[in-house]
Amino acid sequence: MMMLHRIWQFALFIWIIIVIIAAFTWAPLAKGLGEYTRILYFHVPTAWLTVLSFLIGAIYSVIYLRKRDLKYDYYAEAASQLGIVFCILATVTGSVWAKVSWGSFWNWDPRETSIFILLLIYSAYFALRSAVEQEDRKATLAAVYSLFAFVTVPFFVFIVPRIYSSLHPDPLINPQGKINMDSKMLTTFLSSLFGFTVFFVWLLKSKMDLIKIRLNLKKLEK
Amino acid sequence: MEISRLQSLRNAWFVFQKDVQQEFKTRYSVNAILLFAIVTLFAVSFSIGTFGASKEVKSALLWIILFFSSMSGLSHIFVREEEKHTSDTLKLICAPVSIFIGKLIFNFILLLLLEIITVPLFFAVMNFSVASTSIFLSVILLGSIGLSAGATMIAAIISKASAKGALFAVLSFPILLPVLVAGISGTKVAVIETSFLKAADELQMLFAYAVVVITAGLLLFDFVWNE
Amino acid sequence: MKITASGISKYFGEKKILRDINFEIESGMSIAITGPNGSGKTTLLKILCGLMRPTMGNIQYQVNGTAIKQESWFKYLSLVGPYLELYEELSAEDNLLFLARIKNIPSARAKIKSLMERVNLKGREADDVKTYSSGMRQRLKYVFALLSDPQILLLDEPTSNLDEEGIGIVYEIMQQQKKEKILIIATNERQDLKYGDKQIAITA
Repeated sequence: MMMLHRIWQFALFIWIIIVIIAAFTWAPLAKGLGEYTRILYFHVPTAWLTVLSFLIGAIYSVIYLRKRDLKYDYYAEAASQLGIVFCILATVTGSVWAKVSWGSFWNWDPRETSIFILLLIYSAYFALRSAVEQEDRKATLAAVYSLFAFVTVPFFVFIVPRIYSSLHPDPLINPQGKINMDSKMLTTFLSSLFGFTVFFVWLLKSKMDLIKIRLNLKKLEK
Repeated sequence: MEISRLQSLRNAWFVFQKDVQQEFKTRYSVNAILLFAIVTLFAVSFSIGTFGASKEVKSALLWIILFFSSMSGLSHIFVREEEKHTSDTLKLICAPVSIFIGKLIFNFILLLLLEIITVPLFFAVMNFSVASTSIFLSVILLGSIGLSAGATMIAAIISKASAKGALFAVLSFPILLPVLVAGISGTKVAVIETSFLKAADELQMLFAYAVVVITAGLLLFDFVWNE
Repeated sequence: MKITASGISKYFGEKKILRDINFEIESGMSIAITGPNGSGKTTLLKILCGLMRPTMGNIQYQVNGTAIKQESWFKYLSLVGPYLELYEELSAEDNLLFLARIKNIPSARAKIKSLMERVNLKGREADDVKTYSSGMRQRLKYVFALLSDPQILLLDEPTSNLDEEGIGIVYEIMQQQKKEKILIIATNERQDLKYGDKQIAITA
């Protein structure tokens, strides 16, 4: 089992190194963006992962409310911890990209705004957690807030683009709105997306294993 | 001893009545919310001057005033129950759904009261006008339902936390942002357009938001209210 | 009406407050819960009402053999305790009418009048609760609790804040309740204990 685990980790490591190298050498540049295209391979996966974390957090929140086992609350918290980290990364990389492509770091374009909202939600989630002392109360309130936020987020993501005009390359560097990337770009992009997702799964699983170990330890102590 | 839907609604009304009775005697929430709105309005007006801002900016300012006034007054309905130790008393006599609906109605009426006073004042002091009153009023009305519904749910959540402080605004802002955005956008439309259909997007969104938030509130409130 | 408590334990974080409590109580019986201050009497009462969940164990309410869901427990009980206050900005009458409307109690005004007399608060219905002394508030809580004629009456520190006369009134109430219904009290006062057919001692 340990051996398989090690192979996995090593393979992931190699995969990501190859992706990084490919992003900087092999993948072609998009018209108009030049070298700055390269951010795409890292920015989009972080944005995707923060959304994935949000979804996973919401799922574990539902499970906690049904089963009332604190373990699920810890899982939701773990997913949210990863989520906020990737959210910060996505906001920063997105902002850098915005500066080099459109000239300013922040424009309140719909996607920028959405990622910022997500950042606010994550921050609020942790602020709420730290304001409640009793464990089961904390878990319940955090779970409810997660789910409440979850139902309001779709509104922003889908409605605002109709209200504000967008500066955002949509979706991915071409005017017709179709996935029209060069095959090399597409390969690098999808590989990066895949690699990062596996990385995320590994991080989350590690955190969850740690939680399980802590809980078992507590049980033994009793 | 099952209570019918009708009885649940009647109980919600009784809870609302009780809250109104309390509010009438103390006037705490009403004072807080009105005072905040008026102070902010005059601060804004003083800083900008009546001709110093475009209609877009004024539309945004109106909603900012409404939002922050809500933050200063809409949590009281739950926080007061906790602080005065009447929360458990209420819990033992009434089902959660009636409590949620009753307090939601209270917050909605409170917000409407705020708007009845603040909005005309805003129009006067900020030299603001709209082309279509019907669009404007619809936006404000639908927006208020969503705003009060979201705020009521968050108020319930923070009332159970030990450290309240700025938590209400921090938790509410991301949740209520869609109302803010659609509200401001809808108000901008009301300033320019006269045809009702031009605000269809915003009005549909506000309506959908209100429905979603009230439904989510009804489903989740039980968890917050009961331990 | 029957309440069964099995294996009730409660932890607050690491601290164990209640340890494996078991008992059964039926209509016509009463239980007195005793223990030093802070030992968990209030916690147990709250768990019995459904205000708190036990960490382990389970409580069952039954009427004629049919189990009752936790969401409905409150309809059968009333609780009096120092941590449950009434709405002090409102008058006693407003508080009681609020309760009467929600619980759909018939001839509420007449019942209110007679209960207020019974606890020696005659004529004080229209006064705001905040003008009441602590002894009066305690007695008012009994009016509030009895107005719905509950199957189960739970009293936490039943005689706190009361003078001799007040204590007498409460004893009379407890005596009546345990005749055909369920009475559960949590107390340290030796005199109160004789109103419990069974005693449950909670050790710290």
